[in-house]
Amino acid sequence: MLHIRPAAPDDLPCVIALDREVTGQEKSEYWRDVYARFGGRSDDRRSFLVAAIDGRVEGFVIGEVRAWEFGAPPCGWIFAIQVRPCCRQGGVGTKLFEAVRDRFRAAGVDRLRTMLARDNTLILSFFRSQGMMAGPFVELEMELDGQ
Amino acid sequence: MKLQKATLFALIAVLDLAADPQAQPSALEIAERHGISAHHLAKVLRTLGRAGIVDAVRGVGGGYRFIGNPKRLTLMDIIALFEPPRAAPPAARPGTGAGEALLRVLNEIDEHAAATFRSITLSTMLKLMRAPVRT
Repeated sequence: MLHIRPAAPDDLPCVIALDREVTGQEKSEYWRDVYARFGGRSDDRRSFLVAAIDGRVEGFVIGEVRAWEFGAPPCGWIFAIQVRPCCRQGGVGTKLFEAVRDRFRAAGVDRLRTMLARDNTLILSFFRSQGMMAGPFVELEMELDGQ
Repeated sequence: MKLQKATLFALIAVLDLAADPQAQPSALEIAERHGISAHHLAKVLRTLGRAGIVDAVRGVGGGYRFIGNPKRLTLMDIIALFEPPRAAPPAARPGTGAGEALLRVLNEIDEHAAATFRSITLSTMLKLMRAPVRT
């Protein structure tokens, strides 16, 4: 039975392990910091939700409402979504997406944004399948060569 | 990324067939529906058939039907069947400052286009076709 709910402190080890399984990188400190900022909050403007199947955390999504970033009116940003590889293609990611989208709606925003690497075809394809299209911003960067 | 006519015809035909997998329209019917050349489309459909994306059904009532997996097949999978690897444009002769700089910009545009085509499955396109257009 799939259950989407706010992340609890006890979920953190599962989230860290899931991220390690997906990315191959250990980022415990980062995830503890993220939980401190987004976990256990009761408002809809910051969300750290987990997808639990029979009590086991199989995915999570994190997002927040950001106002006037890049000059844009308040909108919901998703900055992390992950589903355990063995649970993919089963609708877990869609349920997480819908849950965070509903919370953003409840917070009063009418637009959802995210940003990801263009070679991340899997997640890019997932967001496309949810109806997301390219937005009006262009990301630019440069290397700092120390001069 | 400018797509060739054959590539556009292939995308149109695959989307047309995938929208109704039970239908078996002829090349002529598809061509008339979209106002494109039936002769050119027939050649494109043969290529799609060899790639295992469509199947030619013989006999009375025969035609073409979609046999791919719409959740897996991306726009890039179809494009790659018809588009040759992009050559450097004539204006961007390697070895010159202007040519190299122009090539970098053109490559940036191509990489964005390729990432977009790779990330959109036929299933997503079918949803897009059914969605109301927002202006």
